[in-house]
Amino acid sequence: MPDAFVDVDHVDLAYDEASGNAIEDISLAMNEHEFIALVGPSGCGKSTFMKLCSGLRPPSRGNVVVDGREVAGPLKIVGMAFQNATLLPWRTTLDNVLLPLEIVQPYRASFKRDKEKYALKAKELLGSVGLQGYEQRFPWELSGGMQQRVSICRALVHEPKLLLLDEPFASLDAFTREELWCILRDLWTLHRFTVVLVTHDLREATFLADTVYVMSKRPGKILARRAIDLPRPRELEVTYSDRFAQMVLELREHIGRIRRA
Amino acid sequence: MTKKSRSWEKWSPWIVLAAITLLWELICRGFQVSDFIFPAPSAIFMSLKQYAGPISGHAFQTLWTTMAGFVIGVAVGVLLGFLVGSSRLMYTSLYPLMIGFNSIPKAALVPVLVVWFGIGTVPAILTAFVICFFPITVNVATGLATIEPELEDVLRALGASRMDVLLKVGLPRSLPYFFASLKVAITLAFIGSVVSETIAANEGIGYLMMSAGSQMRMPLVFAGLIVISVMAIAMYEVFAVLERRMTGWATRGMDARA
Repeated sequence: MPDAFVDVDHVDLAYDEASGNAIEDISLAMNEHEFIALVGPSGCGKSTFMKLCSGLRPPSRGNVVVDGREVAGPLKIVGMAFQNATLLPWRTTLDNVLLPLEIVQPYRASFKRDKEKYALKAKELLGSVGLQGYEQRFPWELSGGMQQRVSICRALVHEPKLLLLDEPFASLDAFTREELWCILRDLWTLHRFTVVLVTHDLREATFLADTVYVMSKRPGKILARRAIDLPRPRELEVTYSDRFAQMVLELREHIGRIRRA
Repeated sequence: MTKKSRSWEKWSPWIVLAAITLLWELICRGFQVSDFIFPAPSAIFMSLKQYAGPISGHAFQTLWTTMAGFVIGVAVGVLLGFLVGSSRLMYTSLYPLMIGFNSIPKAALVPVLVVWFGIGTVPAILTAFVICFFPITVNVATGLATIEPELEDVLRALGASRMDVLLKVGLPRSLPYFFASLKVAITLAFIGSVVSETIAANEGIGYLMMSAGSQMRMPLVFAGLIVISVMAIAMYEVFAVLERRMTGWATRGMDARA
């Protein structure tokens, strides 16, 4: 696919000579607005893949092309969120969300001048994830699920084209997690960014993604690619349907095979 | 906590102080301990009153040399902490040296300083400085060096420079560590200046205690000790208040609510 939004072409990445490849011979292509999920056993290099996409790490071999350009440094069109919300405790919710705008161009240059405007935008975003009225609270006054929503808002405030999520819901309880799936689904439906979601949760991957990739143990390789052709918009009820269960089971079998190997 | 137990907590240091003073006084009187050996609080208080003029002069000398040394210590400590905390290379190359320097007994430095700068104020300021900058450096460096890697990734992916990360995240993050270290550093600075005055000076509480000791006027020596403690506690409290004001977020607003 020459016009893929993200095109990873036979990529290896080794952090240093001694430890060998963290990921090996990864090839995948993502269309713009596509939602992909990476699943695999712990330590399979999923997070390494994220560093590759964001330009934080150059590949040891092969090419990564994002948005028509070869990645050679931080991309500035990506937003990231992690398992830990990593909010700054001395900043209010609102100021935490505004942080990327203080750093990334073109917002940075006009941040002081247009702060009102940006604050309004951030408030709107916080409102869309159900955090109206929490703008002036500090992160430690929020629950884990709320903190994670703030973290996702922070990842989205500069309107990134590519959203990288590294197990963002892993430390939440099951109900909060499902609530946040729907919030993410709605944000994605609205803003149409491209998403790479790294997760351990096969239901999460199947519910949210267009395409699920299964990775092997270290050095991480892509073992399987599964298109999820469930119709959209998807409601939570779909996760209890037979077809959904069938897909999850199929993915689970891949993981099972890796673990036995 | 109930209101009653909170007010108990508030007054508890004073109650302990009063109890110890009383016990001290009783022991001295009961066993008829001589003032030349171990003066009773009343004798110390009398001599404080009697020599209030000279004591306050010496106390002021000690206070300002301590503060001067402390200010230099903060400046140098922060600068070094920033260097050591923000770069691995600096950390690896400077840290062992600093540990080595810090383990030198500072009293041993005073004669050297006297050779260089003569007897008096300058060695006292410098001793206060060299003894107090290290905890500041270590704390600032720790605050900077322990930024969460994920957070750094978030910012770096946006094209943030090292400086951006340090200013937006590292610096505010290290503030609680910094203020905590100021409380330690100010008390150390008092030790430094008084040690130096004791060895080589014509002024200051350290000198006062030295000369009073050589005349066997023990109540006056103890008066000097108490004056130092009071000054150190006062300065400690100043920085404790400053710390609560500046970094309330680090204690999760506990102080504000308590």
